[in-house]
Amino acid sequence: MRSQSRITFYLLLTPLVLWLGLLIIIPHIDMLLISLRERISFGVYETSLAQYEKALTEPLYLRTFWRTAVMSVLATALTLMIAFPVSYYIAKMAKGRLQQVLFLLCLIPFYVSELVRTFGWMILLRETGLVSNLLQWVGLADRPIELLYTDATMMVGLVYTSMLFMVVPLVTTLESLDDSVIEAGYDLGGSGLSVLREIIIPHAMPGIVSGCIVVFMLSLGNYLTPTMLGGKDSLWFTEMIYNQFIVRSNWELGAAFGFMLLVLSSVIVWGMLWLTGRTLKETMG
Amino acid sequence: MTRTILLAGTMLAGLASVAQADTLRLLTWGGYAPEDVVAKFEEETGHTVEVTKSNNEEMIAKLRATGGGGFDLAQPSQDRIMGPQMEFGIYKPIDVSKLNKELFIPSMLDATMGNTTVNGDVYGVPHVWGTSGLVMNTAEAGDTVKDYTDLCAPEVAGKVSYRLKRPTLIGFAFAMGEDPFAAYGDEAKYAEIMGKVEEKLIECKENVKTYWGGGDELMNLLRSGEVTASMAWDTGGWKLNDDNADLTFVAPASGALGWIDTFVLPAKGQADDVAYEWINFVMQPEVAAMITAAAGNFTASAGADEFAEDSLKAKYQASFPQEAIDNIKWYPPVPAGLETIEGEVLDRIQAAN
Repeated sequence: MRSQSRITFYLLLTPLVLWLGLLIIIPHIDMLLISLRERISFGVYETSLAQYEKALTEPLYLRTFWRTAVMSVLATALTLMIAFPVSYYIAKMAKGRLQQVLFLLCLIPFYVSELVRTFGWMILLRETGLVSNLLQWVGLADRPIELLYTDATMMVGLVYTSMLFMVVPLVTTLESLDDSVIEAGYDLGGSGLSVLREIIIPHAMPGIVSGCIVVFMLSLGNYLTPTMLGGKDSLWFTEMIYNQFIVRSNWELGAAFGFMLLVLSSVIVWGMLWLTGRTLKETMG
Repeated sequence: MTRTILLAGTMLAGLASVAQADTLRLLTWGGYAPEDVVAKFEEETGHTVEVTKSNNEEMIAKLRATGGGGFDLAQPSQDRIMGPQMEFGIYKPIDVSKLNKELFIPSMLDATMGNTTVNGDVYGVPHVWGTSGLVMNTAEAGDTVKDYTDLCAPEVAGKVSYRLKRPTLIGFAFAMGEDPFAAYGDEAKYAEIMGKVEEKLIECKENVKTYWGGGDELMNLLRSGEVTASMAWDTGGWKLNDDNADLTFVAPASGALGWIDTFVLPAKGQADDVAYEWINFVMQPEVAAMITAAAGNFTASAGADEFAEDSLKAKYQASFPQEAIDNIKWYPPVPAGLETIEGEVLDRIQAAN
């Protein structure tokens, strides 16, 4: 009996171990080894920290690195600010059928792939696109306007892409908040703002933190949106990793970049948890 | 994330390479293996052809990731064979005696074999060739843009586009009166030339609407009129010419850049005989003409010109008067190391404000 349950345990564990081992741990060890070598001549490599030295001393790489980090944090903050009222409305104000419909409306854009969604934005915002034509027709502009290829456009794309991943955890946590608790807050003389600050936000904190972590990771690792909407000034860190691996054939530097990104995202996620005084265990349930 | 995908892909490709021997896994460019040609080959020989579309950098990256496995025949450009072979050993020598040499244009075959010889072994034979130069709306930009550097002229500000890749660096270097190909053997000299190009391209950045990444993106920009002049391939211009007579390909004053895409055998290819059969098959004049019709570019097949469409020939002749043909700069093999210099230059241009 006992040995049988042990077999079952190992059988159930196998897919996870294989998944983690083959697709995550082994490739990462390999990447680490690649990032720690330097090309001397044809097929000759030496172990060195040259790649990290290069990544940390070349101003361009550092600038892109910080730019990506700051923009991702900004995108996460914007997403939270837009998603919070939306989620509150869906969870608390909307009732019955309307609630389901609204939730579905948030989901629908994700039925098509990210590529198609990004192309949608390009069709809307390009110089000969819908928005530009509309502005001219209304008379707000006297010639075609290019709305693509700016940081603002890129930000719109990033926020749009990650909206759902903020709304879902927020709606779930806000739904679990009993309406009577909010009422009690008002009964005790709280204003709208103090109820929000003292009752709603603390209760929604697990949702806010897990939503922020997911959105931040998605933005930091996004490749399509910055490349397509950001245009000529976009340079995103993932794009640099792609360039080093595929275009420049410089796997060593690409691998070093990859590890820098891994460290950066770990540090920021950890910092976010530390700031909000939560542990990973609480946040992830 | 990119790195995980890349490595996961490597492993999957390794597993998938246990394929049947009579399947030809072809790694090629869009249009080089059109459906009608594949169907004809499969019908005549009984083999199956699996086509994967890609570009130079991705082909080399894929083969490098698997050590030359996963595909039986690949088609990188002739200048990208010697360097990667010396560095990574991802190809295997071609036995030219298994090919029907009479099907090839002799001068092109000799030149490609010469450029792809490493330690006495030949690694590539020519297939499709073409040029890159300027595609423009001649009515709007024809008077201003005669050469690559004219893309920086104030008259076309905000209306130009190019790729942020090595052909742009090479093209601008020639237009600035330098000879980058002559400096291939001299890294210091090459870095100096690239430094000048970098300065020019950073200065020119203001003029650029966006850097195009793929052919379709460029087509859209030109067709909608958002871009009036761009650095691009000849076929792109000729395709647009069908829709709008003002749009066409123009060979720049400093010379169009000529490329030849080849056939190479990946080091761990498992169907060499089928690969040779495929090469001999597609180099027949009638089949080569079908590929020309699909890809828009001419092939190294001797006598295929007779079968090509008249309209394409006319466009070719309009873009290339005899002196422009003589002025084509053919890419010599890229020595390893230069691409690192170029990569850093390109990164700095993209990040500049």
